[in-house]
Amino acid sequence: MSSVITSSTVSAPVPMQRSRGYWASVWQRFTHDPVAMGAALVVLVLIAFALFGHSIAPADPYQSSMLKRLKPIGTPGFPLGADELGRDMLSRLIVGARLSLFIGITPVLCAFVLGTLIGLVAGYAGGLVNTVIMRVIDVFYAFPSVLLAIALSGTLGAGVVNSLISLTIVFIPQIARVAESVTTQVRNRDYVEAARASGANAFTIVRVHVLGNVLGPIFVYATSLIAVSMILASGLSFLGLGVKPPEPEWGLMLNTLRTAIYVQPWVAALPGAMIFITAISFNLLSDGLRSAMDNKS
Amino acid sequence: MTSLDIGGPAQPLLTITGLTKHFPLKRDPLGRGGGSVRAVDGVDFEVLKGETLGVVGESGCGKSTTARLLMHLIEPTQGEVVFDGCTVRGRDLPLKEFRRQVQMVFQDSYASLNPRLTIEDSVAFGPQVHGLARGAAVARARDLLARVGLEPARFAERYPHELSGGQRQRVNIARALALQPRMVILDEAVSALDKSVEAQVINLLLDLKAEFGLTYLFISHDLNVVRHVSDRVMVMYLGQVAELGPSDALFDTPAHPYTQALLSSMPSMDPDHRTEKAALAGDPPNPINPPAGCRFHPRCAHAAPLCSQTEPARIANGSARSVSCLIHQPGSGHPLAQPKEAVA
Amino acid sequence: MLLYLLRRMLYALPIMFGVALVCFALIHIAPGDPLVSILPPDASADLQAQLRELYGFNRSLPEQFAMWVWRALHGDLGVSIASNRAVAGEVFTAVGNTLRLALVATVIGFMLGCLFGFVAGYFRGSWIDRAASLVSVLGVSVPHYWLGMVMVIVFSSQLMWLPATGAGPGGSDHWIWNWEHLQYLLLPAITMSVIPMGIVARTVRALVADILDQEFIVGLRAKGLTHLGVFRHTVKNAAPTALAVMGLQLGYLLGGSILIETVFSWPGTGFLLNSAIFQRDLPLLQGTILVLALFFVVLNLLVDVLQTLLDPRIARA
Repeated sequence: MSSVITSSTVSAPVPMQRSRGYWASVWQRFTHDPVAMGAALVVLVLIAFALFGHSIAPADPYQSSMLKRLKPIGTPGFPLGADELGRDMLSRLIVGARLSLFIGITPVLCAFVLGTLIGLVAGYAGGLVNTVIMRVIDVFYAFPSVLLAIALSGTLGAGVVNSLISLTIVFIPQIARVAESVTTQVRNRDYVEAARASGANAFTIVRVHVLGNVLGPIFVYATSLIAVSMILASGLSFLGLGVKPPEPEWGLMLNTLRTAIYVQPWVAALPGAMIFITAISFNLLSDGLRSAMDNKS
Repeated sequence: MTSLDIGGPAQPLLTITGLTKHFPLKRDPLGRGGGSVRAVDGVDFEVLKGETLGVVGESGCGKSTTARLLMHLIEPTQGEVVFDGCTVRGRDLPLKEFRRQVQMVFQDSYASLNPRLTIEDSVAFGPQVHGLARGAAVARARDLLARVGLEPARFAERYPHELSGGQRQRVNIARALALQPRMVILDEAVSALDKSVEAQVINLLLDLKAEFGLTYLFISHDLNVVRHVSDRVMVMYLGQVAELGPSDALFDTPAHPYTQALLSSMPSMDPDHRTEKAALAGDPPNPINPPAGCRFHPRCAHAAPLCSQTEPARIANGSARSVSCLIHQPGSGHPLAQPKEAVA
Repeated sequence: MLLYLLRRMLYALPIMFGVALVCFALIHIAPGDPLVSILPPDASADLQAQLRELYGFNRSLPEQFAMWVWRALHGDLGVSIASNRAVAGEVFTAVGNTLRLALVATVIGFMLGCLFGFVAGYFRGSWIDRAASLVSVLGVSVPHYWLGMVMVIVFSSQLMWLPATGAGPGGSDHWIWNWEHLQYLLLPAITMSVIPMGIVARTVRALVADILDQEFIVGLRAKGLTHLGVFRHTVKNAAPTALAVMGLQLGYLLGGSILIETVFSWPGTGFLLNSAIFQRDLPLLQGTILVLALFFVVLNLLVDVLQTLLDPRIARA
């Protein structure tokens, strides 16, 4: 005979409104952080530049003119001056956002997917598989990132695709390490053991129980890499290893304008300022995301 | 509830023979270290259908390891687990099916639940793994939540962090029952709860057992609780079974010196019979290098020189009352033991 | 503890092997015939055959790798195509220059980082904390090659206080720690110090805030410990990790100096790498990367050892 257990025997009083999921509360905290929101605004503007640059730019970024070379800021028709080939700086800066953001963000995205996969496998499998995978990762981790990027780019040759490949390879070990570490922690939790005890196979367990708990920290780490990636990617172009002229890209522009620093210093410095602003914004965004996620409600 | 009964009521539901688990220790480059932690060392017992078998012992005696070995969450070094006559992982009983029939409730109610899943999703996970459609699984989950005392309309879509410890443990029980198992292992399931909540959950467990015809393995270090819920009790010490017998008999007249010491260490409620002396002397045991002979002899009040040389015989399967001690072994040579009698 | 150190050192060996393998592989992922990159373009067929034999391009890859490692262990890293000099010699001269620069930059970055980090951590939660933390975010976000350009603009071009490029009045061969030489070092070192400063500041802030929040500090202050005493305790607890971070940053600067050295024409390994890339001088490229990477591995090892010596908890873990 079963006794009736009513809900009045349950201990603490429970609030009546619908509960909030984890990501919803993260979003709440994130959107109420003024610094993070400011950074997000800047990032949105930059993304708008990247997507609609050609429509927004006042002049043709490829239009060169030997007469208008290296005009200073404030020249009529060239609000931010003209570069060493007489092209309008403002337009090139706006349109340049597309390539600069692309070569900065894409490697992090690819490394996020691949690195998480590698880390998940290594973390969940454990044992020999884990050791082998992580030792290989360690070898690549043993190179300073700039050096590895340059080494790979240098040997593969210049070009956007090659620098994307080399940067992805640079970031995969870093993300894989974080992914492996978090996966190992989660794997040892009781609820994963309970899931195994209910007869689920590894794939299902990873999909339902591990992935959701692991993606958060990995994602935050990946966002902190975006600024680094952007600086590095533009740095490759600065060295002549990335984007090829005449494409507008901030790092490449710094390269071609380098000799002009004695003639028109402030015009020459502009592209770098764009990289700086972008990097700050992504870093602040990433920091805001981390704080929003750290706060356990 | 389930008609999976194969062997009939007389056949034990679970027969454990020679269960052993040694965790190897790493050897350092100079060759020192090595050896292993002998967490479970030759354990034999049975769990009868419909009973509650209590398992008690100090921390580190191997209770939780035994539970995990039963469920094959860790692989035994040696030993056999037979469920209703079928060897687990054998032809008749693949692991996944075994896991459907035996479930476990863990001690830490918060760590047992995925913080990212609603509790109805957590409960519905198991049935879905075994082929139930999502809609039916969720319906079963809600039904079970109601049965354990959590009103589905208010609780089903909540997250674990929004519940109290007692509520979470109810969810864990519902989760264990979702697969309609025949046996549930409760590994210190109520140990972390406040006393009043603990009483509620225990009553719930007893009601559910009766309603669903379950068999329980109840692991705990709380002797009073174990006495209350168990039909039979098994006392473990340092990876082996010290004593096994019906609950009341064992608590009223403990045979093994360790059991006696355990029971006398329970604080007494009667001011006329205060517990004054600590019952157990000596150092807590080290499972890496267990004492030679009878493992309890360093701390035993009745130890004889023989005890450090000879290991007492292990508990025989299925006996109503068994003790693993030389005192209770006729003809063992222990001063307190009975001499071997001629068979009359 | 000794055992832990021994194990750690042994562990570095397979890593070094792996690093060597990657460096070796670099020359083979380069598009085109590797021999073309070793030889000047107008070499005779005879010379080509000779070198093919010498470098073993007609043998299997594992054999080539073994030969390459063998030669490297004897200090022979090949010959630079561009300058026709031994790679090893060029690399080691350049390493000296980069080391000078990186060390000074690391020390500056470390000191400033500790200052900002400590102040931020000590006054955590207040506006001072936010201001100091902002400085560290800026430090980490700045593209250092651009900063170098700005520094050159401001201090060389406009104010004319310091020279823009080069490593010394008479070239790079003889370095003396006097002002004439130091003025060339100042701008690149300060530029280089900004990122380490940001990272060290962040780390130190977190460490200090963490330590000061711990209960033993409260206990000590209740016993009457002065501010100076609290400071000393904090430093003692934060030192191992902070020094470890500094060591790692030195490694990154050594490996990543190419961008700044390009801006300032500082004749270090980065500059060498740059010319190697653009002249397709693969032996030089390979040799430089190998030396730098191995340097980094050894540095990581030293940092680990140092940390273990300073913080005995690690070895027991």
